Amino acid sequence: MDLLANLAVGFGVALTPVNLLYALIGVVLGTLIGVLPGIGPVATIAMLLPTTYALQPVSALIMLSGIYYGAQYGGSTTSILINMPGESSSVVTCLDGHQMARKGQAGAALTVAALASFFAGTVATILVAAVATPLSELALKFGPAEYFSLMILGLIGAVVLAHGSLLKAVGMIILGLLLGIVGTDVNSGVARFAFGIPELTDGIGVVTVAMGLFGFAEIISNLESTEKRQMVSTKIKGFWLTKEQFRKAWPAVLRGTGLGSVLGVLPGGGAMLSAFASYTIEKKVADDPSEFGKGAIQGVAGPESANNAGAQTSFIPLLTLGIPENAVMALMVGAMTIHNIQPGPQVMTSNPSLFWGLIASMWIGNLMLVVLNLPLIGMWIKLLQVPYRLLYPAILLFCSIGVYSINNNNTDIMLTVLFGLLGVVFVKLECEPAPLLLGFVLGPMMEENLRRALLLSRGDPTVFFTRPLSLVMLLMAAGLVLLIVLPNFRKTREVAFHEE
Amino acid sequence: MVIVRSPKDLLAGLLFIAAGIAAIAIAANYTLGTAARMGPGYFPRMLGMLLIVLGAILAARSLRLTGPPLPGWKWRPVLVTLGSVVMFGLIVNRVGLVISTILLIVMASAASHEFRLRDAVISGIALAALAVGVFVIGLKLQIGIWPGAH
Repeated sequence: MDLLANLAVGFGVALTPVNLLYALIGVVLGTLIGVLPGIGPVATIAMLLPTTYALQPVSALIMLSGIYYGAQYGGSTTSILINMPGESSSVVTCLDGHQMARKGQAGAALTVAALASFFAGTVATILVAAVATPLSELALKFGPAEYFSLMILGLIGAVVLAHGSLLKAVGMIILGLLLGIVGTDVNSGVARFAFGIPELTDGIGVVTVAMGLFGFAEIISNLESTEKRQMVSTKIKGFWLTKEQFRKAWPAVLRGTGLGSVLGVLPGGGAMLSAFASYTIEKKVADDPSEFGKGAIQGVAGPESANNAGAQTSFIPLLTLGIPENAVMALMVGAMTIHNIQPGPQVMTSNPSLFWGLIASMWIGNLMLVVLNLPLIGMWIKLLQVPYRLLYPAILLFCSIGVYSINNNNTDIMLTVLFGLLGVVFVKLECEPAPLLLGFVLGPMMEENLRRALLLSRGDPTVFFTRPLSLVMLLMAAGLVLLIVLPNFRKTREVAFHEE
Repeated sequence: MVIVRSPKDLLAGLLFIAAGIAAIAIAANYTLGTAARMGPGYFPRMLGMLLIVLGAILAARSLRLTGPPLPGWKWRPVLVTLGSVVMFGLIVNRVGLVISTILLIVMASAASHEFRLRDAVISGIALAALAVGVFVIGLKLQIGIWPGAH
């Protein structure tokens, strides 16, 4: 079987000592920032991106993706133990996980979270490996018109499935697209929106935008809230599940894994959406829904498997189509570009060791996480006792060094500060920064494909409707827009994001 | 009389309109071209127009739909944190990583209402050592450690 042969290549790459080391660094760092509130995977990956110049591309990608799924494990730990989600995708785990901890079942909750995540991670890794080849082959048939329509579908999907105001999200995407075209136009050589600043003729770096909008703005918002963080440490004992708990948990894990795997692939999906959706479903199918919110183990098992599966399968569109579907994947595009790899269907054939190595490393990383997580919990709890007033200056410092090291000049730092300021404004106006980052990364690709498509059709815009694949994608996009207008779906969407 | 019911939407709408106008105005200097042969000005102009339309809808809607009020704006965290980063950017290639790290940490710490100078200085020195170890020695980034060494 091809799949097995491919995975064998992948494990051959991922199991080299160097790559094992980077997977380990990635997942430990990921767990760390998952545990710590106030810094998410987007800011962390942005921070570390510049430092990966010197690494082999595959090592760099292994480490950076480890951060993303590692954060899912870490986030659940703090949710359960101190009722504080380290990551937005773990918000729902607080509901029942912390209640379990208060009933003296912290150990069981942590175990079920870890095992559910591992199971989901394993299934999702296999899924990624299985669909990668057919999807890439399909994508190789795409012409510019198809690509353009695919990006429209991706961006619309990202908006429909994201939370918050739709109009604002679309506006943020367009702002992102505009920021993405800053720099020298490849066709005419004209420096656009560069304001005579030489550094801008190369375009704005994705790290600069992500660090400002996510890293800096987050720190400032945290500092503005005067809320005190409270520490409730619980004694953890009894890591084993009872028969009864096991019986209740495993169907939830299966459902969560399935749901997360599907939602992860959708544009705008990923870890957070999957977790919310899984919680809603578990509550619906439970024999006794009143248990939920009072320590129902399904309420931990479902979302925890879903968020990890979603984190994993969100790599599918990036790896096969070259289209990022959430902010983390947008940064992965940046990571691939600095290593001169153009994300897209050709990566699998032109760079098979990188492609399969990355996929294999995801399973290895998950294994490391499940082994490491439980023994290290004591250490994470200690770390949580570091007060925020000592933590945030350190985060600022690492961000600054990271940005400075991109080009060793301070233009990037000033730009990041500018985006930080803009990020604070966006927070105040309730404008989500994630769609902006997606648009930013897709901007140049979208313009290029639009240009080519219309050049081939001699300026006839109907080309997007007359090519069947392109039409299907546009119809899907239109369907998503229609969904939003339906009052029923609208209600569900609002409920799904306000499950508290 | 016009009553703004959703100030956040209104401001977001105005922001989008302003960005759209700016994009179109700047892109007016670039060749527009035709749909078949797009010049560098075509795509930005298209986006700018879309942004203006969206912003206008958002702003108009803010007069009808009721939304949450604008939150306050605290200057101290914004100015002090971002200021410390600007300072770091301005001095790091002159005074080196150690001094600029300590200064950034101490200044940034002052943004918190729980600021303690002694803790900030200690943390600054520890992080300076860590930063040199990780970034200059470990990752071999080209950043000077001491003044003038770069």
